[in-house]
Amino acid sequence: MTALEIHGLSKTYGNGKIALQDVSLSVAKGSFYALLGPNGAGKSTLINILADTVRSGGGSVRLFGHDLFTDRSWCKRRMGVVPQEIAFDPFFTPREVLHFTSGLFGKKADDAWIDELFDRLELSQHTSKNTRQLSGGMRRRLLVAQALVHRPELVILDEPTAGVDVELRRRLWSFMRELNAKGTTILLTTHYLDEAEELCDQVAIINHGKLLTAQPMADLMRQVASSCLWLRYQQTIELSPADHEILAQYAPRTDAQGLYLQLGLQDDGQSTFHQAYQAAVDRFGPPLDAGVRKEDLEDVFLRLTARQVGEAK
Amino acid sequence: MKTSNLLGAQTLFKREVRRFLKVNMQTIVTPALTAILYLLVFRYALGDRQVPGIGIDYFTFLVPGLAMMAMLQNAFANTSSSMIMGKVMGMQIYLLMAPLSAMEVVAAFLLAAVVRAVVVAVVFLLVLVPFVDLTIIHPWLIILYGVCGSLIMGGLGLLAGMWAKDFDNIAMVTNFIILPLTFLSGVFYSVSQLPELWQRVNYANPFFYLIDGFRYGFLGVGDTDPFASVGIVLLTVALVFASCWYLWRIGWRMKD
Repeated sequence: MTALEIHGLSKTYGNGKIALQDVSLSVAKGSFYALLGPNGAGKSTLINILADTVRSGGGSVRLFGHDLFTDRSWCKRRMGVVPQEIAFDPFFTPREVLHFTSGLFGKKADDAWIDELFDRLELSQHTSKNTRQLSGGMRRRLLVAQALVHRPELVILDEPTAGVDVELRRRLWSFMRELNAKGTTILLTTHYLDEAEELCDQVAIINHGKLLTAQPMADLMRQVASSCLWLRYQQTIELSPADHEILAQYAPRTDAQGLYLQLGLQDDGQSTFHQAYQAAVDRFGPPLDAGVRKEDLEDVFLRLTARQVGEAK
Repeated sequence: MKTSNLLGAQTLFKREVRRFLKVNMQTIVTPALTAILYLLVFRYALGDRQVPGIGIDYFTFLVPGLAMMAMLQNAFANTSSSMIMGKVMGMQIYLLMAPLSAMEVVAAFLLAAVVRAVVVAVVFLLVLVPFVDLTIIHPWLIILYGVCGSLIMGGLGLLAGMWAKDFDNIAMVTNFIILPLTFLSGVFYSVSQLPELWQRVNYANPFFYLIDGFRYGFLGVGDTDPFASVGIVLLTVALVFASCWYLWRIGWRMKD
């Protein structure tokens, strides 16, 4: 069964900015799903449409088989969203906030569950403080607790670990894994791609409002992530459109300083190490140093989003 | 499938009441004190003078009007401040994400506004009990005009909060629309004292009917027939409620 079925979702803002173009994806019940994309790709717009804080511009969404747009109340009770921006109610304590959030979602406050959330999110020492007294990281964890307090079947996390230290991040993911193991479907956006790779079994990548790929994480890693050849140069390399064209089969990219050139190598025998190295030397001369390494999700992500930019050019 | 969320609406109502009770010095004591200060100033400025055409001393005349003015202003402040605070602090999304219908949201906000207005008026009147011989001629008119006035102003506050993008917008509505309309609504004078042109202006001011009807409930005298205005007041309540419901439903100025 699918937890979330999105078909042809589109959105154009009043200022003419196209945020989503005909996005379709399916999130299986019980999956841990990564929704990735660079800043401004349309991830938050998609999540905000699901959360009912942004109007849809077309398309359909079904949540556990129910139409999101005609059966909002049913769907909202089963969904918990952690928004990207930190929001807090300056009048109340974290405990009061969770009591109110439970009630707003039509559930009587379950104090045992609320205490467990405080404990797992390391807020137990701060339940009676005013939210104004909490640090940024604490407020973000309170947002996570708010999203979970009504025990939703689908949890949507929009960059929940931004500003959260490494240790707490680890504990948060451990908690999310537990929830996922108990059947909660989790849709996650994050900029920590290593986390997405480690946590998620499904992945979708969007850029400029378009879906680039949506598939099991293992399949994506198998299909596009083979090895890559990196070459270090003494002088900065700037890839021109002609370079992109000539080296297209290697999906070339450079690091931020332009001192490292990276060329993707496919396992299909079409692009061997020797050919790629020679192509680079032909264009930019011999490098200072070179090597081969296995691609990770970040490489795949950058390659896919860069390819789309290249196609647009 | 439509499912109501009565617990959600109750929770929102409770949250809105708790919010103003948490800052009671600002939301209850200050408005009551302001109204009492007005009363004292006018009491000593006008002495034992009677209100022309009505035959009641100014002090007694002012008390119900000031109580109603405080109710109207506080009902407006309760919803408008909650809305704009929610927008500025980013909390508004929790109301949009909650499984609450527009009807439930509007009802909860407006009822909380009525509670604040009633609390302010009760505090104000209780303080004055030892100093004024206040009669209650038509209690149901007091309740009707008090509750309807608060609902109308709570609704207008909600609309202003939906429209506003920041605190300045709300201050603009409060200072340039709400404050003049409440001050020029016959709180401090009988309309019969005014020149004809200003009488007409007063009759065009909807707040005038609310304050006059409320005062009639206490004193049994007023500038208009409050029984004839009941229909208009109820219609206004319905119109404001419907506007709030519709605009919340479409997410006016809240959803892109």
